[in-house]
Amino acid sequence: MRIVKYEDIVKSIRDMIIYSTTHLSPDMKKALEEAYENEKSEVSKAVLKQILDNAKIAENEWKPLCQDTGLAIYFVKVGEDVKVEGGTLKDAIFEGTEKGYKEGYLRASTCDCFTRANLKDKVGYNLPPVIYFDIVPGDKIEIEYAAKGGGSENVSRATVLAPAAGKEGIKEFVKKVVSDAGPNPCPPLVVGVGIGGSFDYAAVMSKHALFRDIGTENPDPELNELEKELKDELNKLGIGAMGMGGTETVLAVHIETFQPGRMCHIASLPVAVNIQCHSSRHSHITI
Amino acid sequence: MAEYTLTTPLSDEDVSKLKAGDIVYLNGVLYTARDAAHKRLVDLINEGKELPFDLQGAVIYYVGPTPPKPGEVIGSAGPTTSYRMDPYAPILIEKGLKGMIGKGKRNQAVREACKKHKAVYFGAVGGAAALIAKAIKKAEVIAYPELGPEAIRRLEVENFPVVVVNDVYGNDLYEEGRKKWEGK
Ligand code: SF4
Repeated sequence: MRIVKYEDIVKSIRDMIIYSTTHLSPDMKKALEEAYENEKSEVSKAVLKQILDNAKIAENEWKPLCQDTGLAIYFVKVGEDVKVEGGTLKDAIFEGTEKGYKEGYLRASTCDCFTRANLKDKVGYNLPPVIYFDIVPGDKIEIEYAAKGGGSENVSRATVLAPAAGKEGIKEFVKKVVSDAGPNPCPPLVVGVGIGGSFDYAAVMSKHALFRDIGTENPDPELNELEKELKDELNKLGIGAMGMGGTETVLAVHIETFQPGRMCHIASLPVAVNIQCHSSRHSHITI
Repeated sequence: MAEYTLTTPLSDEDVSKLKAGDIVYLNGVLYTARDAAHKRLVDLINEGKELPFDLQGAVIYYVGPTPPKPGEVIGSAGPTTSYRMDPYAPILIEKGLKGMIGKGKRNQAVREACKKHKAVYFGAVGGAAALIAKAIKKAEVIAYPELGPEAIRRLEVENFPVVVVNDVYGNDLYEEGRKKWEGK
């Protein structure tokens, strides 16, 4: 059994949060630079220039890329042969999150659903995070983190289609979600699509799809093809950067299905679309 | 796509020359407010009480910044999605508000109010929060400090970059821009 110290996890998480909310990831930077090159509309090009300049300032000054530093979202894979010493893994993630957001001068954006009162004193600074745990073979802990802003969550949608709707039905649904969202989620976007599983799990997969680096291929050739088709069709919507009209609305479409077997129930076809703005702050560590 | 530099408070004449799609650099004073602060402002108007700042020609910026680091004027300060302020905006416009800065679509009532009382809705680039913060030279909380990031702040700005989305003529950049590039 491998032993990992509680404090080490807290510190790794804290550091990852402060770094990734101020440093645009290399895959996003590359995708935005390409969008800037390709954009045909003058206004949208000016917007993309501001987005790229913003990334430079943020990086130099370690200043948050966006003021909405999000809910902290984690996908955690825990090896069966690793043990945390000095506390629980969940507590370590909570503590690392609070430290990262507080010491990084990030915004506390969690509140009570009904009273809307900020939870920073009652629960903790930007706590609680959203955590998905999975148990896997091995002696490592793998933690994926994203700072997920509200603007792009607000326009994300899930549904359960009739099986007969098929691939065309899925495409129509994705197009409708992006089209209805228009300028609100700060395009250019990354579009995460979860297909299959159950109603709830489609949404989880659509979120996890956003963690994949842009520019990587989908291992399923059929889905890889579908991602490219969808990207082209979505870019024809004309929404452009910040919705001001243009040719570069979507940087990538990422699809995940339930494994093994791309499973869903014989009676249903769940589909979820999680929208990610251009300020995609995602990162991972292996401990 | 014209470019203008304007100083607040804005006059009818200032806003009348702006068309959807124009780039504007704002100087002077902006007031920050999000939903919670808007609700309080509208309550004050309904009760016939005085507001914490003068609405005549004023520009409100929809923002909830990150906390400043020691020595900083303000943290990162990009726009938030504007529709949450739609229920409150028309009455403020009627009472003299001339500009709003945010991101995303406005409803018909806000667009009508912009036309009727001569006001404009500007879009700032969402997620360009570190860059926008550079244009903010001074920031001071003037009301509702208990709201934290949602408190009303008075910002002094220099060349604050925005784009006209809804002008006083009923044009909407989101609709027009999209129509122009659809299918391309
Ligand atoms: S949608 Fe993204 S870029 Fe836009 S304000 Fe929210 S977190 Fe920032």
